[in-house]
Amino acid sequence: MNIYVLLKKTFDTEEKIVVSNGQIEDDGAEFIINPYDEYAVEEAIKQRDAHGGEVTVVTVGDEDSEKQLRTALAMGADKAVLINTEDDLEEGDQFTTTKILEAFFEDKEVDLILAGNVAIDEASGQVGPRLAERLGMPYVTTITSLEIDGDTVNVEKDVEGDVEKVLTSLPLLVTCQQGLNDPRYPSLPGIMKAKKKPLEELEIDDLDLDEDELEPKTKTVDIFLPPEKEAGRVLEGEVEDQVKELVSLLKNESKVL
Amino acid sequence: MDFELTKEQSMIRKMVRDFAEDVIRPRAVEMDINAEFPQDIFEQMGELGLLGIPFPEKYGGSGGDTLSYAIAVEEIGRICGGTGLSYAAAVSLGASPIYYFGTEEQKEKYLTPLAQGKSLGAFGLTEPNAGSDAGGTKTTAVEDGNDYIINGEKCFITNASFAKTIIVTAVTGKNDSGKNIISAIIVPTDTEGVTITSNYDKMGVRASDTAEVVLENVRVPKENLLGDPQKGFKQFLYTLDGGRISIAALGLGIAQASLEKALEYAKERKQFNQPISNFQAIQFKLADMSMEVELARNMVYKSAWLKDQNKPFTKESAYAKLYATETAFRAANQAIQIHGGYGYMREYEVERYLRDAKLLEIGEGTSEIQRLVIARQLGC
Ligand SMILES: Cc1cc2nc3c(=O)[nH]c(=O)nc-3n(C[C@H](O)[C@H](O)[C@H](O)COP(=O)(O)OP(=O)(O)OC[C@H]3O[C@@H](n4cnc5c(N)ncnc54)[C@H](O)[C@@H]3O)c2cc1C
Ligand SMILES: Cc1cc2nc3c(=O)[nH]c(=O)nc-3n(C[C@H](O)[C@H](O)[C@H](O)COP(=O)(O)OP(=O)(O)OC[C@H]3O[C@@H](n4cnc5c(N)ncnc54)[C@H](O)[C@@H]3O)c2cc1C
Repeated sequence: MNIYVLLKKTFDTEEKIVVSNGQIEDDGAEFIINPYDEYAVEEAIKQRDAHGGEVTVVTVGDEDSEKQLRTALAMGADKAVLINTEDDLEEGDQFTTTKILEAFFEDKEVDLILAGNVAIDEASGQVGPRLAERLGMPYVTTITSLEIDGDTVNVEKDVEGDVEKVLTSLPLLVTCQQGLNDPRYPSLPGIMKAKKKPLEELEIDDLDLDEDELEPKTKTVDIFLPPEKEAGRVLEGEVEDQVKELVSLLKNESKVL
Repeated sequence: MDFELTKEQSMIRKMVRDFAEDVIRPRAVEMDINAEFPQDIFEQMGELGLLGIPFPEKYGGSGGDTLSYAIAVEEIGRICGGTGLSYAAAVSLGASPIYYFGTEEQKEKYLTPLAQGKSLGAFGLTEPNAGSDAGGTKTTAVEDGNDYIINGEKCFITNASFAKTIIVTAVTGKNDSGKNIISAIIVPTDTEGVTITSNYDKMGVRASDTAEVVLENVRVPKENLLGDPQKGFKQFLYTLDGGRISIAALGLGIAQASLEKALEYAKERKQFNQPISNFQAIQFKLADMSMEVELARNMVYKSAWLKDQNKPFTKESAYAKLYATETAFRAANQAIQIHGGYGYMREYEVERYLRDAKLLEIGEGTSEIQRLVIARQLGC
């Protein structure tokens, strides 16, 4: 099977994030594999081990994304592709990424593409489905179980806490949800071997794309941190008075009514 | 000069940190209370290749360098000093001597399972009357046909209760000038006459196993002698030089953990209507801790780097061990101070850091012995 994983480098949202001049500060931010993409890598390795074939991890990113790709290789992926847009693109959105990936997949024989359910930075959850649409293959999002038997695929999908069972076929694109598996730690021998595994670097030129075609369709107006949570307040007195006070506070102080 | 870690080194740091956070952290307090050696955690560490970092693949290792190994010890020590000590002792003392001095057969037979994490190693040097003064070793190994017969007593031996092999030091004869020749011999723990008891009630590193080993007419084949029969003493001095880097790394991990806990607490704890991190008295403590942690890190990494470059590292590993372990003790002590009364309580963990750090100033050469080593290197 030819298995591909779409992987994104994101900043670690559990670490401190600093925003200045409407931009997230890169210096000092910790970068990780988007956690949902880790499920995708793990699932890809498992499916390959069960059915044979090869796992290729693909990222659209910059030079530093190599670290996340190497980590996926250390976990057990076979090959990695870095589509480096650092020098060519000022900005991009889900449209840009999808367009680049579409060009990348144009000449590829694909059985299965796995992506994360969302990236924890922008959390749009769009790249997977949009790519499937462009490639004309079926897709299932937020999967929690994947069983492949020949060309037949049984998928369980998380729908707001309930499970939906989907019967579909290869080639297929899925996006992975928490609960699908427990991503492994890259082992020491894995880390040492990752150094020797192939990592191909491409630029948009190599995909016959140019800057103009990739202009984002959305505009980022502002980036800001959520306001600091303030201390709560407990109202006291008779219930009736409390309700009156609450309504008045909602109207006059926080102005939500 | 290049202070950047390689990609592999930073991947190893991330992996070990994630593993220690997910698997060891939730159990660290319990393991300390119950003085419980986490055998299952060591099995997982073995599967991840952590016990074989500095050994080549052909002996079941991961083919990493000393610096990667030091980083792994630091990250485990940051979460649990006891687990870190057993890890450092297994690799630096239990397995490394076989790698440095063993024959091809010894490496295949004894190093491979240790590097793969299928068994745990130990090193028995200390005796009731021979601690800092290893030359005072009383254990003897007498030749008898194709065997050695070993008699003696070893104390404070890390991992011995869970080890399949212990490298034991023993007097094998006298040299021309009448001094004892001390050699290292691999003793499988299931040999008749080996009794291992673990009754110590320790102040710290309580998750680590520490045992007494009594050897009574223990018969092992002569081929179990490690390295040059005349140079046993020199060999274990080299082994201890390497071991110091790992104990230094463990100290670094505890110091780092102390700093992180203290800083986080100081920013949250309010007294006199403000976070105590606003007070200069607290700020200066944190500034000193942070500086010392970084200095210790530089020394630990440098000594590991020297070893990886096959350059002399005796003096530097003594610097690293002395400075990093004393930094760990100071940092843990200040972390308790910054936590006030809470710091004195087990659940805040910083009091455990202090108890764990104390061992590091004693084991694998006391602070005084490190100063002696340095002074000798200076030509005194
Ligand atoms: C938890 C734990 C784990 C251990 N694990 C191992 C192990 O795996 N293998 C092993 O072989 N040993 C192990 N040890 C033993 C450890 O290495 C010794 O305790 C240490 O070397 C000190 O020896 P000692 O306890 O006999 O103290 P002593 O040598 O009696 O020292 C007592 C004091 O005298 C000082 N002193 C001694 N000589 C001098 C001198 N010449 N000049 C100045 N001061 C001096 C020392 O610095 C110390 O302060 C372990 C010990 C502990 C507590
Ligand atoms: C075993 C034990 C027994 C105890 N027994 C009693 C008892 O019988 N009765 C009782 O009332 N209490 C008792 N205590 C409480 C003890 O007195 C307090 O823990 C102590 O006063 C410190 O207060 P704290 O723990 O709230 O620390 P904090 O006041 O929060 O101090 C934390 C750190 O901030 C520093 N700090 C605070 N303010 C400043 C400042 N303005 N400038 C610079 N540094 C500052 C402190 O020095 C400390 O290092 C006991 C505590 C323990 C651990």
